Amino acid sequence: MSAAHVYKRDHINTDEIIPARYLNTDDEAELAKHCLEDLDKDFVNKVQAGDIIVAGEDFGCGSSREHAVWAIRGAGVQTVIAKSFARIFFRNAINNGFYVIESHDGLEKINDGDELEIDYKTGLIKNKTAGVDIEFNPLPDFALEIINDGGLLNHITKRTTD
Amino acid sequence: MGMTLTEKILAKAADKEKVTPGQLIDANIDIVMCVDVTTPPAISMLAEKGLDKVFDREKIVVTPDHFQPAKDIKSAELHKRLDEWAKRHKIKYYYKLGRAGVCHALLPEQGHIRPGEVIVGPDSHTCTYGAFAAFGTGVGSTDAAAAIATGQLWFKVPASEKIVLNGPLGPGVYSKDVILAVIARIGVDGALYKAMEFVGPALAEMSMESRMTITNMAIEAGAKNGIIAFDDVTKQYLDEHLKDKTDYTVYESDEDAEYIGVEEFDCSAIEPMVALPPLPSGGVPVTDCAGKEMDQVYIGSCTNGRIEDLRIAAKILRGKQAAIRTIVVPATPTIWKQAKDEGLFDIFYDAGCVIAAPTCGACLGGFMGVLAAGEKCISTTNRNFVGRMGHPKSEVYLASPATAAASAVEGKLTDPRDHL
Ligand code: SF4
Repeated sequence: MSAAHVYKRDHINTDEIIPARYLNTDDEAELAKHCLEDLDKDFVNKVQAGDIIVAGEDFGCGSSREHAVWAIRGAGVQTVIAKSFARIFFRNAINNGFYVIESHDGLEKINDGDELEIDYKTGLIKNKTAGVDIEFNPLPDFALEIINDGGLLNHITKRTTD
Repeated sequence: MGMTLTEKILAKAADKEKVTPGQLIDANIDIVMCVDVTTPPAISMLAEKGLDKVFDREKIVVTPDHFQPAKDIKSAELHKRLDEWAKRHKIKYYYKLGRAGVCHALLPEQGHIRPGEVIVGPDSHTCTYGAFAAFGTGVGSTDAAAAIATGQLWFKVPASEKIVLNGPLGPGVYSKDVILAVIARIGVDGALYKAMEFVGPALAEMSMESRMTITNMAIEAGAKNGIIAFDDVTKQYLDEHLKDKTDYTVYESDEDAEYIGVEEFDCSAIEPMVALPPLPSGGVPVTDCAGKEMDQVYIGSCTNGRIEDLRIAAKILRGKQAAIRTIVVPATPTIWKQAKDEGLFDIFYDAGCVIAAPTCGACLGGFMGVLAAGEKCISTTNRNFVGRMGHPKSEVYLASPATAAASAVEGKLTDPRDHL
């Protein structure tokens, strides 16, 4: 089961996702313990493997710290659905093979705790609790290629050995 | 249809005649900038994938800065990883110990930024380098790893937005006030994914230091890069700072280049600004918020920790007493020495300020000036997000060095024009 954690806010920034006081490590499990700490202290206690974060515009703005993606992934989050993403966060997600979804309707049609099922290929979010379907544009091909290869570095290794 | 300055640099980096916004390119990277928090993960990733190599040991510039010198055991271990890697690969430009400084102040000062080049670094304010008619953009650790190993990265060519800065700045108004006014108008995602090209007569009057304050904060409007065309001021700075490689190519935007938008600003109408927490777009004239009590003043960072900034602050603090905790952090060792030699340290000392060694430190809530719950800090840095400089219940107010220094004297948000 994948539950939604909805934050009706724009500009959720990297300082809120993983505060700099924890940047003295790059250990994903360690970072995960503080995921979203300055936004929602309770998040790490609530989140279950496979859950989904839903938010507004410009998610992940601020610093270039990839630690933000690692903290979210480390906490077991399957994907983030946002109205839009900050540029570096979006890039970092793809480079880590972490699929993120840009959806303008997500925030309106998903409530906190709703159970979601996502078809990444066709671009469909099924909100099973509310009984509504939400379409989204799947990531462009080049991004899918990187994600399917398991991230940018694997992608590069593959390209150079092909 | 012509090309913008940003498009021309990217076309050249991708070995193409022409690029257009939205196009995906593989660009050759001229400089990879490496710092302590985000580069060690890149190094480890490369080792893990069996890619432990550098594309060019002379095109990678390394400095620990965020937690420099190490603030605790874990950051010491990050520094150790960075140090071992830099030595193993014989990185030519490795600034450490007494030569380490805040990256975006250090690289231009040490002559590593040239017009027409592509500079990336795992730090979002890498856009600072656009002040030199270069393409600088912040990336994550994985991108940095790829750039270090291959000297190439994929980019989507950004559309350019023109920001026209007209009119002379009034007394007590600085480039920091201009960029805070720009971001207050267009918003923290007003330039998302775009290139912000700054033009106009107000720029011609500005030093390179002042221009860097503007491009530094392009990311605070969501931009991919900020850029300013080359002129005599740029040339003079480069003549004084470039060392090993002194040749470069100057590109200019074509007359018929296409812009996705144009925003005009009358700089003569801009007042000293304060960006209220929790977003850099919270800028209001200081006259709207003057009198609010502060607990700390922070003068430093890649935005406003350069010699010009310290001179402005010292001029206001001369012969006065700081009423609240005031921390001055010269951004690089050269700036530190200059400030000392010019007697600025005497002024800061007499005023009761703390003078620290170059580091990012408290700018990101790291160390040396971290805030307690409920504390308020007026800071010359670039971000005032929740918890940015310490406790999530502390607050950061962004301003120019002049406004920060005047506020130090009064202990509350203060119009610097009363102290000129
Ligand atoms: S001074 Fe602050 S904004 Fe600049 S690089 Fe350091 S932490 Fe980042």
